[in-house]
Amino acid sequence: MSDTSFMPEHPPVTDWVHDFDHTDPRWTENPFPIWDELREKCPVVHTRRFQGCYLPTSFEAVRQIAYDTEHFSSRRVIVRDERPEIQKNGAPPITSDPPEHKPAKQLLLPPFTPDAVKKLEPRVRAICNELIDGFIADGACDAADCYAKFIPVRAIAHMLGIPEADAGLFIDWIHRILELSIKDESQLKTAAEEMGAYFIGHIEARKRQPTDDLITTLMNARDKSGAPLDDMHVLGSLRLLLIAGIDTTWSAIGASLWHLAKTPADRHRLVAEPELMPTAVEEFLRAFSPVTMAREVIKETEIQGCPVRPGNMVLLSFPAANRDPAVFPDADKVVLDRKQNPHAAFGLGIHRCIGSNLARMEMTVALEEWLKRIPEFHLDPAHQVKWSQGTVRGPRQLRVIF
Amino acid sequence: MSGKLKVHVDPDKCQGHARCKALAGELFDLDAYGNAHEKGDGTVPPGLEDKAYLARANCPENAIDVTED
Repeated sequence: MSDTSFMPEHPPVTDWVHDFDHTDPRWTENPFPIWDELREKCPVVHTRRFQGCYLPTSFEAVRQIAYDTEHFSSRRVIVRDERPEIQKNGAPPITSDPPEHKPAKQLLLPPFTPDAVKKLEPRVRAICNELIDGFIADGACDAADCYAKFIPVRAIAHMLGIPEADAGLFIDWIHRILELSIKDESQLKTAAEEMGAYFIGHIEARKRQPTDDLITTLMNARDKSGAPLDDMHVLGSLRLLLIAGIDTTWSAIGASLWHLAKTPADRHRLVAEPELMPTAVEEFLRAFSPVTMAREVIKETEIQGCPVRPGNMVLLSFPAANRDPAVFPDADKVVLDRKQNPHAAFGLGIHRCIGSNLARMEMTVALEEWLKRIPEFHLDPAHQVKWSQGTVRGPRQLRVIF
Repeated sequence: MSGKLKVHVDPDKCQGHARCKALAGELFDLDAYGNAHEKGDGTVPPGLEDKAYLARANCPENAIDVTED
């Protein structure tokens, strides 16, 4: 099958207001001017692609939808050409609505508090340095493919208690589930089956011999009635941690390094003033938010004067909200010491990302260790930067010279 | 008006972004689930007024109130 077989369904976009497509190459390459144009014209636009989908681009419209679980369901959180069957235990709690959402989320929160993730920091620092050891002598590397990519996957493997050496498997599943499946549903099925079989093996092994890790913690968790979670719930939550915890942070680290590689003033400033790291990390999260979520409209309503009808999906663009100049002055500029930055990179409302504290720690450590050892670096002009397609945006090829 | 400030986190609005704790750990703490609350009765010690406003300005959920006694 040639690539052109998909062309009729995704012709190039010429009218973003009535026919947007987040898989269009222009969006993949540089979505910011598109969002700015749409935000000025209409806070919520619609496309007939993907069987019908809305896109809010203002902070206020995104906020309203994120808070409104009555009209907008999380049972589907990725916008695809097809609408796969809804699974009872998709990936709780990200695919849960109230009232099931809260108990499912409460179970996962304690291992992800700032204090809990701080315990992982030494391991993450070691992972970063092991990776840098692998390429520093070369004077050049792909900062996305040889560095950013491996940090979150190894950290989450360490947390779950599965071999860090299996990182390649996870990266492959995630690529198929989040990117290839948008246009080829069979990728979703096979990758999910392989992932399920892998984790069931780990769950079974822990029934025989419990271990001190997050999988065992989940298996020992009890719901309100005191009953343990069934294997399918544990499996769904593991699926979520893997999918949500890897290419998201990998994208955020990659985008931060991309910005620093092409912006000498910010690079020099962050090296000279490492105390700026906390605000810099928040600013990278705002300016290059990797994650766009989705909702499914389940009841007719209105958002910012725009009618919204059931049967359609919503591309819930936290990245576009974070570029709204009504909330963030100079929204298109990266300001390392931005004082007021209530960004929505980790979502808003009940579905706030469980892993936000982990992601911040990984980003901070990844940038600190890189800048300590490679304070001077720039983009390799011989290679293009390539960005991921779909709902998690970050550089997938980022050749730098140092 | 004594001008003494108090902070308060609305537990129904807080979603555990933990920005307040990072920016003003003297004024806020997190529970076992990572959700925030003010320390003690929320009274802001002298010299920490700016941090109270900074925390409020950075809460993505608008969950923090700063009031004058």
